[in-house]
Amino acid sequence: MNTDKNVGRPISRLEGREKVTGAARYAAEHPLEGLLHGYVVSSPITKGKIVEIDTTEAMAIPGVVDILSHLNRPKLAWFDLQYTDMDAPPGTVFKPLYDENILYNGQPVALVVARDFETARYASTRIVLRYQQEPHQTCLEKHLDKARAPKKGLATALKPPPPPPTGDFENAFENAAVKVSATYHHGTEHHNPIELFATTTLYQGDGKLTIYDKTQGTINNQLFIANVFGLHYKDVRVLAPFVGGAFGSGLRPQYQLFLCVMAALHLKSHVRVVLDRKQMFSFSHRPPAVQQMHFATDINGKLTALGHNTLAETSNFEDYTEPTSNWSHKLYPAPNTLFEHKVVPLDVYTPMDMRAPGGSTALHAIECTMDELAYKLKIDPLELRLLNYSDVDPSAGKPYTSKALRECYLEAAAKFGWDKRIAEPRSMQRGNKLVGYGMATGIWDAFQFPSRVQIMINSEGKMVVDNATTDIGTGTLTVMTQIAADELGLEMADVEFRYGDSKKPFSMFQGGSAITSSTGVAIVVAARSMRKKLLKKAAEMEGSPFRKAKEEEVVFSSGHIHLKNDPTVKISLKDIIAFNKGAAIKTTKMGRPHMLKLRKYSLATHSASFVEVEVDRDLGTITLTRAVTAVAAGKIINPKTAKSQILGSMVWGISKALHEESIMDPQLGKYINANLGEYHIPVHADIGELEVIFADEKDSLINELGTKGVGEIGLVGMPAAISNAIYHATGKRIYKLPIHFDELI
Amino acid sequence: MNSFKFLTAPDVPAAIQLTDDQPLAAFIAGGTNLLDLWKYNLVNPTALIDISQLATLSALRELENGGFRLGAAVKNADTAYHPIIESRYPLLSKAILAGASAQIRNMASNGGNLLQRTRCYYFYDHQVPCNKRVPGSGCPAREGYNRMHAILGASEACIAVFPSDMCVALAALEARINVTGIDGERSLAFSDFHRLPGERPELDNNLKPGELITSIDLPEKGFPLNYSYLKLRDRHSYAFALVSVATALEMDGHTIKEARIALGGVAHKPWRSLEAEEFLRGKTACRENFAAAADIILEGAVGLEYNRFKIKLAKNAIIRNGMMALDPDAQLPGAQPSL
Repeated sequence: MNTDKNVGRPISRLEGREKVTGAARYAAEHPLEGLLHGYVVSSPITKGKIVEIDTTEAMAIPGVVDILSHLNRPKLAWFDLQYTDMDAPPGTVFKPLYDENILYNGQPVALVVARDFETARYASTRIVLRYQQEPHQTCLEKHLDKARAPKKGLATALKPPPPPPTGDFENAFENAAVKVSATYHHGTEHHNPIELFATTTLYQGDGKLTIYDKTQGTINNQLFIANVFGLHYKDVRVLAPFVGGAFGSGLRPQYQLFLCVMAALHLKSHVRVVLDRKQMFSFSHRPPAVQQMHFATDINGKLTALGHNTLAETSNFEDYTEPTSNWSHKLYPAPNTLFEHKVVPLDVYTPMDMRAPGGSTALHAIECTMDELAYKLKIDPLELRLLNYSDVDPSAGKPYTSKALRECYLEAAAKFGWDKRIAEPRSMQRGNKLVGYGMATGIWDAFQFPSRVQIMINSEGKMVVDNATTDIGTGTLTVMTQIAADELGLEMADVEFRYGDSKKPFSMFQGGSAITSSTGVAIVVAARSMRKKLLKKAAEMEGSPFRKAKEEEVVFSSGHIHLKNDPTVKISLKDIIAFNKGAAIKTTKMGRPHMLKLRKYSLATHSASFVEVEVDRDLGTITLTRAVTAVAAGKIINPKTAKSQILGSMVWGISKALHEESIMDPQLGKYINANLGEYHIPVHADIGELEVIFADEKDSLINELGTKGVGEIGLVGMPAAISNAIYHATGKRIYKLPIHFDELI
Repeated sequence: MNSFKFLTAPDVPAAIQLTDDQPLAAFIAGGTNLLDLWKYNLVNPTALIDISQLATLSALRELENGGFRLGAAVKNADTAYHPIIESRYPLLSKAILAGASAQIRNMASNGGNLLQRTRCYYFYDHQVPCNKRVPGSGCPAREGYNRMHAILGASEACIAVFPSDMCVALAALEARINVTGIDGERSLAFSDFHRLPGERPELDNNLKPGELITSIDLPEKGFPLNYSYLKLRDRHSYAFALVSVATALEMDGHTIKEARIALGGVAHKPWRSLEAEEFLRGKTACRENFAAAADIILEGAVGLEYNRFKIKLAKNAIIRNGMMALDPDAQLPGAQPSL
């Protein structure tokens, strides 16, 4: 890297104007001549078989083109393997319209295709479906006795099971000086990005398809479609130039993609399928969980035993797990540990990663248990964390590549005014309001995936960077443009980052807060190769002053190569390309994590959240007045988009703590608040003053950029900090999320 | 959503006449609830009769008896921010602004506010039984997730609550509802407009088929000095009340000359107890007396698995809101208008 001209600057997102003016086209917004519209018919029963589908009346409605179901669908791939995807958990993948079996409520059972959306939707209400119902089980809390160990599979690599026991947990806990046992209950959450899941398939004939899809992984979905429909992967192009939020729900191909492509191939026509909001509750979600916590300390507050047992929902066809019981020992040393994770298979769709999967569930239980210990020990909750602070990862016995959590604690505490806390619960008041202070720690993975990038310098001396990643609203386009511009010493205006296209070089799906490090590092690696190529070409020019120049003796800036010791000696990239007979110079390189070197280390981002709440003493109403979150996530490429990520996830933390829950009716076996009127997320009036601090964390080990990713870390600590603040305000510890205000009166 | 005709009429009688030829017609003003119901496949009108442009429904004006008339097609927001409503009927203004969102209030009409359907989850899902939607099909809410449901006046058949905020204030203010039908005009006391579910939960109110609400009359007395609207809900805006309280007091020093208290979010209609209001007459305005009044109001309240909290919450809210009404300028949070 030559300069940090753009990296580190708070640059507004480059596509922001397109998005706020409506010029950006999302998956359901691409106009096509002769487009047909599909509407999904969803199962009203939870378990059983379809006995009859009578489409007579629906087919007679003018404008209806076809109604596809398991009875008349085209022949499909048969092997499960062909339906699998990069994020599929172990088990048997769900195959839409495959047969008469109903596995969960809301399962797609037919697709109505019509000339317009309204006709398709209306016709869906005129189909008569008859079912044979079977008893179902959908409620985690009622079926905890079914808990069993999860199956292992490919996805286990990113989601390791908890580490094996250490020491003698049972004995240590039994005889500990101070201990807390508690059981935490979490409800189901659905991702609910504002953009509805949608696919527009452009039918090109000759087995070729161009697909605008809402996804976090263009290549993941390209391969899925090619496998399922027996097409050559090169004939399937998946585009996702804009994604209106996804939060994990787009990590796997969703059923509207399958149904849309199936209809397009069957009808030899362009087809669009858009789910409605209710159908957004008919696939993946964050699983409900029960967590049993057993933490103990010695008389001075040093942790001696950590026990964390998680029981979480999964479907009856796939074993979804998220790392939950794994986290406490990554933060706190303790000689005796026992961690378990079990799944409870139910008649629901398979859960799926949702922003900070596992971490946000686990850290709530862990950090509330730590808070409870602090009150028992009469130690300040922050003090207790510092007392048990570790620079190494106790669960792996390895040092972190970097860990500025201490700085997070201290900077956030100072900014928040933690020293003004009066320890006793219910001791701080404002009028009718009880005031509470709470804090909690956050930790999240620092992933890096292999990623391939092509860099091209075109005839104008401008840089074009290609990678298949999406930008799910995180600022990827902007951040990659910043990195690329600095690598070749160009203005950002002279760099074009092309993405959201499965035809571009390989990227994994955009998840796990990994893409800045993954694609970013690939750009650094490819740029290194490009600088070599350009210098070599420059050296070939007649009378070139760069003939003998070595790489380290030149600098790339302002669209030129300069000699370091005499910057007036320079040549423009444009002239180099002209010398190359106007032909663009290209290079394609893979960036990948340095597995060998990193094997000796643990990798994580950290955070500390401090929260103030007011709780009405008579009415219980909860107001989050302010929160401060400090984050240690290595180098911050763009402080503005990074801050937006943290702010957004802090709001999510408020939502998780106080609002968000999909209510499962166990009798009906379905979510009954499946709309944004009743599935509550916070409104502006629910959000107090939020502040974000980025701790200075230099990490020369982790990757070429020193980055760790900020998509999830801001969420992890917030729910516990809020719960702890509510305890401090009221003296009531609520062992569940979300917390409802009536539980406080 | 089925195909439908869109009809307009030059005046109210002509609009009503249109319902004669179109038995499955629906009047439309703001449409903020009708379109939801339609898209969820709960109603399928074959014709819409647009009443939003009818001049006689669109006026706000003073009445000769000292009262004030709210046209049925006037928007909720225009009503709430009208200078006379703000100055003479501030309780109504506060209640309207506690409801829905700014966008919805800008679109929703006064008449439509009275006619909105319950927000019961089970009512809104056409795939499950509901006695209000399909009489006799059953009520999954009673054994299901009944957090939002009724603690007062419910029946075996239905435990739904009426979701309006505006109507809670209208109940406290004793407004009258003017309606026009094929047989001419009539006027209903507010308390006679909505009904309890009983054996006929499919009927929300006492409108006859084809009748149209033309206006709402506020009496002269608007309680502008001592009033408060307190709405308690799961988020600070854009959520229906779990419990809301409209309190209007006429004071003589510390003594209550007249009290009105209406509750929202607890029953199939805004809930009042004339006995409790009578109890407060001549009493000192203090926590103890409001608590005693709350006990009278909540007599016979029945909690279910998930809504038991409403009984205590309602009592605390009645007490708090009584105290807030004494000092309406220092509105404490909870009474704040939604944005």
